[in-house]
Amino acid sequence: MSIVKQYELVYIVAPDATEEQLAELHKLVEGVVSRFSGTIDRTEALGRRKLAYQIGRYKEGLYVLEVISGPGDMIKELDRRLKVTDNVVRHLVVRVDEDLRIAARAKARRQEAVGRRRVARGLPAEPTPEEQMRLAPRPDERGEEAEA
Amino acid sequence: MNDATGDRGRGGRAKAGDKGRRHGGAGGGGMFRRRRICKFRSEKIDHIDYKDVKLLMQFIPERGKIQPRRLTGTSAKWQRKLQVALKRARELALIPYVTD
Repeated sequence: MSIVKQYELVYIVAPDATEEQLAELHKLVEGVVSRFSGTIDRTEALGRRKLAYQIGRYKEGLYVLEVISGPGDMIKELDRRLKVTDNVVRHLVVRVDEDLRIAARAKARRQEAVGRRRVARGLPAEPTPEEQMRLAPRPDERGEEAEA
Repeated sequence: MNDATGDRGRGGRAKAGDKGRRHGGAGGGGMFRRRRICKFRSEKIDHIDYKDVKLLMQFIPERGKIQPRRLTGTSAKWQRKLQVALKRARELALIPYVTD
């Protein structure tokens, strides 16, 4: 009866954790999620990263991202369980469904506006393949600028 | 530290020339003016991901403080969102709280 919301869970596991321990943690999350009849939409190992500051005695950590859907009570339980799990250095749960919806709406609105402008200029609403070829190198330039 | 004060001076001047912004260059008199463009609006970024370290680091100068929008030109709406993302990233040790 409860409302299903989408969340992103990121947890940092101690760098000396084994594969089995990682799998165990995933099972723990899975267990809680299934108990509240939620779903795991995506699991992504973000890999080993150097921490920006030392947490306890750790200077790096293994990051794992899980995108899950379910009721709020599920998150409460997950939060509690992760807090008492020793090899989880830190975790963060963020609700994402609303933000993503807002972003998707903004994108749709912008594309619609672009389409309208293009039609006003006598062009087809969607860019032709030819134009896309011409525009393609731009994201790369932007990427380089960001790095510099 | 010297850098910071220099920035503030320039920021102040840019503010004074704020009105002249639209008719480009008139108020500045050839003086260096910081570009006042919101990155998120101009690059059409719809969503700031707190895991996107590469993007977030652009708003974190060496000291680790969040760059004010009077220096970056970020719009109020996006600065609010950016602030939340930066603080989440800090919690996950993706970006520092402070660096000395």
